[in-house]
Amino acid sequence: MIIDKVRKLTNPEEVRTKNVSAADKMIGKWVKCDGCKEIIYKEELHQNDNVCPNCGKYFRLSSRRRIKQIADEGTFKEIGDTICTQDPLHFEGYLKKVESLKAKTKISEAVRCGTCEIEGQKAVLAIMDGNFLMGSMGSAVGERITLAIETAIDLRSPFVLFSVSGGARMQEGMVSLMQMAKTSAAVKKLEQAGLLYLSVLTDPTTGGVLASFASLGDIVLAEPKALIGFAGPRVIEQTIKQKLPDGFQRSEFLLEHGFIDKIVERKEMKHTIANLLRLH
Amino acid sequence: MTAWEKVQIARDSERPKALDYIQSIFSDFIELHGDRNFGDDKAIIGGIASLGGISFTVIGEQKGKNVKENMERNFGMPNPEGYRKALRLMKQAEKFKRPIITFIDTPGAYPGMGAEERGQGEAIARNIMEMSALRVPVICVIIGEGSSGGALAIGVGDRVVMLENSVYSILSPEGFASILYKDSGKAKEAAENMKITAKELKKLGIVDEIIKEPKTGIHAEGEEWEILVKTLQDYFLKTVKELIHFDSEELVEKRYQKFRTMC
Repeated sequence: MIIDKVRKLTNPEEVRTKNVSAADKMIGKWVKCDGCKEIIYKEELHQNDNVCPNCGKYFRLSSRRRIKQIADEGTFKEIGDTICTQDPLHFEGYLKKVESLKAKTKISEAVRCGTCEIEGQKAVLAIMDGNFLMGSMGSAVGERITLAIETAIDLRSPFVLFSVSGGARMQEGMVSLMQMAKTSAAVKKLEQAGLLYLSVLTDPTTGGVLASFASLGDIVLAEPKALIGFAGPRVIEQTIKQKLPDGFQRSEFLLEHGFIDKIVERKEMKHTIANLLRLH
Repeated sequence: MTAWEKVQIARDSERPKALDYIQSIFSDFIELHGDRNFGDDKAIIGGIASLGGISFTVIGEQKGKNVKENMERNFGMPNPEGYRKALRLMKQAEKFKRPIITFIDTPGAYPGMGAEERGQGEAIARNIMEMSALRVPVICVIIGEGSSGGALAIGVGDRVVMLENSVYSILSPEGFASILYKDSGKAKEAAENMKITAKELKKLGIVDEIIKEPKTGIHAEGEEWEILVKTLQDYFLKTVKELIHFDSEELVEKRYQKFRTMC
C-alpha cells in the first residue's frame, strides 16, 4: 500500500486525478486538459508536443514552441519583428492592451516570421500565435507576412506558414480588411515566381485569415480536429437556427470536402514538411 | 450626417441596386450565368455591357427591394458559387481585354452550412488573389453596404471608389459592437468609431474617390438619378482611358503597390 502511494507521487502517469474544479485549471506545474478533464503534468505535456498524453487532444502551441518544433535548432533568423501595431481607429484601450500582451507573451505581434532550415532545407517560415489577440490580423500581421513572402521571392526560397487566427483584427477596422488583399496579392507574386507555398492550418483558422493567404497554399495541410471555417459556428447557428452537427468545420470535414490536402499529426509535421520541401 | 445615418441610407431597400446601375449606365447588358461547377448564385450578377463604344465586363452584388426579391437574391449575401462565377467572368474579361467594373453592395458573404461545405473562405481568398493580378483595368464601386470579406471578394481594383452615402466596413456595426463592446445594441456607437464612411476611408487611403450623390435618398428614377448615372458614366470612361495607357504588367504592378502600401 505505501509503496503504491509512493509510486503514485513519483510517477506522473499515476498522479492524474479526475474532477478537479475548473478554477484549479492552472496550478503551477499542472494543467487541465479540456478534452478529458484530466490534470496533466506540464512537463509531460511539453515533451509530448503539447498533445494530451491521455486523450490526444491538441493544445495550442505558442509561436516560440512551434518554431522550436519546426526549425532546425539555431537556424531561425527573425525578420519583420520591428514592424509594430498601428491604431488607425484610435480605438480606446487598444494599444494599452497590446502593450500588456507584449509583456505577457514576450512577443510583439500575432505572427513571427524568419528564415530557417527544416531538416537542412532552407525556407521562410511564418508562425502565427493565438496567444496574441487570438492571432487576429491587423496591419502589423499583414505587413510581416507580406514581407516574409517577398523575402521568400528574393531568396528564391519556399514559404511555409502556420496559421492560427480568429480572423481580421476588429480594432483596426478597414485597415485589417485591406491586409487580406495585401497578403493574397503577395501570394500571387510567389506563385508567379514559381515558388512553393505550404500552408498549415491549425486550431482555429477562421474569418479573414482563412479567406486570404491561409487558403491559398499550393499544398494545404492541417492538424487533426482543427476548427477551420469562414463564418464562426455561432454565427452559422444563429443564421440557420439549428445546431451544427459534430465535426462540422473540423479538419476532417474539410478534407472530406476537398479543401485540404492532408491531415498531419503534430509529431509528424516537421518531417512531412521537410519531405515536401525535398520533393520540390 | 452621422456614420449611423449613412448606414441606414446605404441599407435602404429603395436605394438603387447593382442592376439599376448596370441597366442605366450601360447599354446592351447581357447577363451571363453560373460558375460551371455548382450553380448560379443570384446574389451576384454579371455579364457583358457596352459604354462609349467599349465593351465592359460588369459584376455586382444584387440585393432585392422587397422581401420577395430579397428571398430570391439571398439579401445580397453570396455563396461560394457566386464568387466563383464572378471570377470566371473576370478571367473571361482578361482574355478578351475588357475592363471590369464591379458594384459592391452586400451585408457579407452568406454564413450558411452549404457555403462552408463548398469553401466560402477559399472562394473569397482566390478571388482576392486573382483580382490582384488581372491584366485589365478594374474599377470597384461601393454603391450601398460593403461589408467584410464578402465585399472585398469583388473589391480589389485599380480604383476603389465609394458613393457619397455608401459605407464600407470590416463587418456590420452590429457585429462589431457585439464582439468588441459585448453588446450589439451599441451598433450606433460602433458605426461612429469604425471609420466606415467614404470621407474617412478616403483619408485612410483605402478608397480613391468619392462619387457625389445629387441628393441624400437617391432612387433609381428622376432627374437626380440621371445626374448620378451621368457622373458614373463619365468617371468610368475617363478612368478607363487613364488606365489603358499602362501596359498590363505596369497596371498589375501599380495595383499591387496600391494595396501593398496600405498601412
